[in-house]
Amino acid sequence: MKRKNTNKYVSFALVIAAYAIMMILTASGKITRSMQGMLVPICAYIVMAISLNLTVGILGELSLGHAGFMSMGAFTGTCAALMMTESVPDEGLRLGISMVIGAIFGGIAGFLIGIPVLRLKGDYLAIVTLAFGEIIKSIFNNLYVGFDKYGLNFQLLSEKGIKLEEGGRMLIQGAMGISKIKKISTFTAGFILIILTLFIVYHLVESRYGRAIMAIRDNRIAAESVGVDVTKYKMTAFVISAALAGAAGTLFAMNYSTITANKFDFNTSILILVLVVLGGLGNITGSIISATLLTILPEALRGFATYRMLVYAIVLIVVMLFTNASGTKMLISNIKAKLGGNKEEEEQ
Amino acid sequence: MRFLSFLISGLSLGSIYAIIALGYTMVYGIAKMLNFAHGDVIMVGSYICFFAMMRYNLPPVVGVILAVIVCTILGMVIERAAYKPLRQAPSLAVLITAIGVSYFLQNGALLLWTSSPKVFPSIIGNGKIQLGELTISHVTLLTVAVCLVIMAVLTWFTGRTKMGKAMRACSEDKGAAQLMGIDVNGTISMTFAIGSGLAAIAGVLLCSAYPTLVPTTGSMPGIKAFTAAVFGGIGSIPGAFLGGLLLGVIETFAKAYISTQLSDAVVFSVLIIVLLVRPAGLLGKVINEKV
Repeated sequence: MKRKNTNKYVSFALVIAAYAIMMILTASGKITRSMQGMLVPICAYIVMAISLNLTVGILGELSLGHAGFMSMGAFTGTCAALMMTESVPDEGLRLGISMVIGAIFGGIAGFLIGIPVLRLKGDYLAIVTLAFGEIIKSIFNNLYVGFDKYGLNFQLLSEKGIKLEEGGRMLIQGAMGISKIKKISTFTAGFILIILTLFIVYHLVESRYGRAIMAIRDNRIAAESVGVDVTKYKMTAFVISAALAGAAGTLFAMNYSTITANKFDFNTSILILVLVVLGGLGNITGSIISATLLTILPEALRGFATYRMLVYAIVLIVVMLFTNASGTKMLISNIKAKLGGNKEEEEQ
Repeated sequence: MRFLSFLISGLSLGSIYAIIALGYTMVYGIAKMLNFAHGDVIMVGSYICFFAMMRYNLPPVVGVILAVIVCTILGMVIERAAYKPLRQAPSLAVLITAIGVSYFLQNGALLLWTSSPKVFPSIIGNGKIQLGELTISHVTLLTVAVCLVIMAVLTWFTGRTKMGKAMRACSEDKGAAQLMGIDVNGTISMTFAIGSGLAAIAGVLLCSAYPTLVPTTGSMPGIKAFTAAVFGGIGSIPGAFLGGLLLGVIETFAKAYISTQLSDAVVFSVLIIVLLVRPAGLLGKVINEKV
């Protein structure tokens, strides 16, 4: 229990320190333009990694469609922001409201996916989230939404049916996605979202809910037999994870002038999973570090870009083999035994 | 007549899905893991056949046999290198490793063979059969025929041969099978070999019907065939067959009568609905958990 607390403070300290350093560097003008452009995506990926870690590491269910929730949040949140351009002139407030809307829609999507799946056991969540990611991508690629003073106009497949009053505008244009977005995401907003995410996730993990969720992960049958409502707790964790991904999606989308559904494909879901696995399943601080490093690294190693995905793949396999194979497990525990101390206890 | 021709092309596409789904379902049945790299083995098989035919001017039959051999070996190597050390590990770890292998194959192919699309030559020409108003291409007929033959052989293999019995025993209870003197590791390796060999055949058929070959060719059919396996009941061989055919037909009809762009959404929605109603799939066994 003690270790978890220190871990929590490390996470908060790390994020706050990083924020302070970046703010000082920005103020003194020592930061490159490309780095500045990456700050918001880094924040978004950190939130994505932490929220997926909640599903994969803490709940112990594999989700292969996390980008789908991000997409949901990105599209709904951005639409909301565009609709509020006049009614809410303050950009910070507008971004905040949009992120809340993105989170709500992400959460609703998570809830709808969760209803059929979370009562089943096994790898079903992986399959259905994978399917969900593809469905969302294919829907947003064919959805046309217009907006005028009378409200929203929806049309699937073509924009022909949409007739807008004067002053109205198209929000989503099928495969072209949303264009002419006013970039209102800021690093400070990203920082606040990360702190909020950390607060929510740590609060959840340390509460009665978190203990129940981890009990389900470690032994579902035992948890059920002492009266833990498995579906309810699984659903709680999953919906929170999806809602956070939705908020991150809004933050991410509002950093670009155009956003298309193909940005949030299966590869993005896998990329986020790689972040979580590299950072360590269930380790929030690890997720933050790996999300930061793996977003900066490709940028820093531009010449290396062709090998990037190959290296990702190899790293993923090697990390899994190294941490899970029975041979290396024996080796690690032998080393730990030789070093003495209470290493084993700390693992808990 | 339109309906009939859609049905036939659906069955042809479904046959390809069925062959791929067999690989997924057999591996799941015996190793209890989702082999995400399966779709990419298809792609490797297609590339091997392509290079054998186009660069070395070998006859199509030799190309197909070469592809089957390479994929069989590849499947066994993947199993030995990446999955065998994780036999005792939690299923999440194995699944993530499988995704890693899938990415490895895709990006390896990208580096080796570049992303520029290759136009796959037809293995049996572009002949057609005319039945009244109905036109059926030779490739379609061949695909359906190959699928039926594979189904028949596999049913015989798992039902009648010693190796097949060993496979069924392993999928039922690995510990008990080992006590009966069955070489469990060998059997699992064999299953991967068969699945990957079938993947090569599926790859060649797939590229004969849709002749654009890129390093990501295998991933979408792989995901859909996997869906088909779950649809039919993962772990069941007739289930994979039925699921594959149904999925192919549903996809073709969705393309024809609903919309080309939304057909993927329709296919995956069907999967979710099936899981909602029958979690074990159409022909899957419902296993009650013992405490």
